[in-house]
Amino acid sequence: MSGHNPTLIKNEGDRSDESRSFATKPAGSPWKKDFPIFANRPKTVYLDSAATSQKPQVVIDTVTDFYTRHNANVHRGIYTLSEEATALYEGVREKVAKFINAHSAGEVVFTSNTNESINIIAFGWAKKFLNAGDVVVLSEMEHHANIVPWQRLRDEIGVKLYFIPLDEQFRLNYRKIITGVPVSKIKVVSLTHVSNVLGTVNPIKEIVRFLDDNDIKARIVVDAAQSAPHVPLDVKDLGVDFLAFSGHKMLGPSGIGVLWAEEELLEEMDPIVFGSHMIKEVTKDHTTWTDPPWKFEVGTGHLEAAVGLGAAIDYLNSVGFDAIIEHEQRLTEYTLKTLQGITDLAFYGPKTTEGRIGVFSFNLRGVHAHDVAEIVNRANVCVRSGHHCAQPLMQVLGVPATVRASTYLYNDERDIDRLIEALQMVRVTLQI
Amino acid sequence: MDDQLYREIILEHWKNPQNWGVIDDADVDISDSNPLCGDQIRLTLKLGEGETFNLKFMGEGCAISKASGSILTELVKEIGLDKFRNLDQASYLENLEVDLTPARLKCALLPYSTLKKGLQTS
Repeated sequence: MSGHNPTLIKNEGDRSDESRSFATKPAGSPWKKDFPIFANRPKTVYLDSAATSQKPQVVIDTVTDFYTRHNANVHRGIYTLSEEATALYEGVREKVAKFINAHSAGEVVFTSNTNESINIIAFGWAKKFLNAGDVVVLSEMEHHANIVPWQRLRDEIGVKLYFIPLDEQFRLNYRKIITGVPVSKIKVVSLTHVSNVLGTVNPIKEIVRFLDDNDIKARIVVDAAQSAPHVPLDVKDLGVDFLAFSGHKMLGPSGIGVLWAEEELLEEMDPIVFGSHMIKEVTKDHTTWTDPPWKFEVGTGHLEAAVGLGAAIDYLNSVGFDAIIEHEQRLTEYTLKTLQGITDLAFYGPKTTEGRIGVFSFNLRGVHAHDVAEIVNRANVCVRSGHHCAQPLMQVLGVPATVRASTYLYNDERDIDRLIEALQMVRVTLQI
Repeated sequence: MDDQLYREIILEHWKNPQNWGVIDDADVDISDSNPLCGDQIRLTLKLGEGETFNLKFMGEGCAISKASGSILTELVKEIGLDKFRNLDQASYLENLEVDLTPARLKCALLPYSTLKKGLQTS
């Protein structure tokens, strides 16, 4: 994210001019009206998009449309309905490939979520090619999805894990890799693109270059669960080997995720779940796998969710990431200024908009996060409290839990104002 | 005006928890946590002459779990260990004097269930 220059918002007919006025306080999100849940629950202030995103009408309609006009199983039927369903499903694979600038749709595996994608990488690739004593590099800010599978791999085949430490700016001190472990043993570097607790954007390209400069011949895995919704992904530009992300955090349905890797890697990997649809030939004695990507897709997939993911990609492309980034950067600046102006609030994460997105973790001094979340909920403000599936990070931060507010394209400054008002309610209720 | 959940009794016990601390050389030393929300508790119990005993609690947690730890240890000191062994959840919760949502029920019961577990193993 550092060095990104957002272009001016393109003049697209159905967006209000209010969003282009930066001199006065912005009127709000021009896209909020596209999300029906806000019309149905007008009092709700949703600040938990890092957990899951709300869905635009067009995604909802696409899923319904699949059920009502195109539903059939894919790859199997000769009849028209099945061919339509297959075309829609495989069409999304193409869409995802373009979305992340992959070489082909054959590099896109549909999974159920980011976590499952990482399991396929750990047990389909790493388990096959790593040996005891090899090192898997992770970081202190990882989500459990990118820790636990590797711990399991360590228990199964004896790889060693190294956690890149955080620095005081809540960024990765990745140069420590070369002093922390024997460099020749590093075979996998698996990192989150964006922290779901701190909002830190990790400089993946920089890290790839650093590994290259230091002759570290490792496969690079990127957990893009928190970046895919907010920044354009380009696997060629990033120079990584594996990418994983989920549909439900980027306006799509839940239960659909993506694993990306080049065909060469997918060819040499093993599937980790077995059964139908991922086979070529089955006899009583012997079964052969089908080709990737279908080799990793067992049984009937989440058909309607894939189709919904395609609609989410279309919607994001129609809004344009430049517009999203501009909106979010402005909102992030406002949020940071506001939160950091509160004297009894402890803030965790980078303090400027540089290299960070709209995920904000904090604690009200003397109050447990849980109590904050409970009380602000009375004002219909939805924030998350707890360890955010990052218990090791909590240990590093030295806190049992944080309150986390996270924003997306449908949020605006008024949402943040409501959060601040609700925090005052916390102080009054707890008499502090 | 007394809040429905953060009643005076809860706020009082949260801000001034009774029996706060750790007993060295305890007969029962048990810790537990509520992984969903980050409540942690450690209970230490030392048996004395006859029916006497000392009981302390410590931990990081929300106001409900901390208040509950304070109320629990006070209650157990009052009624004794045997009566506590027979004290069911519902009866215990009455001492908190608040209506709890399912999510906060776990917070309130953490000290109770931790002590129950600790007494089982001793």
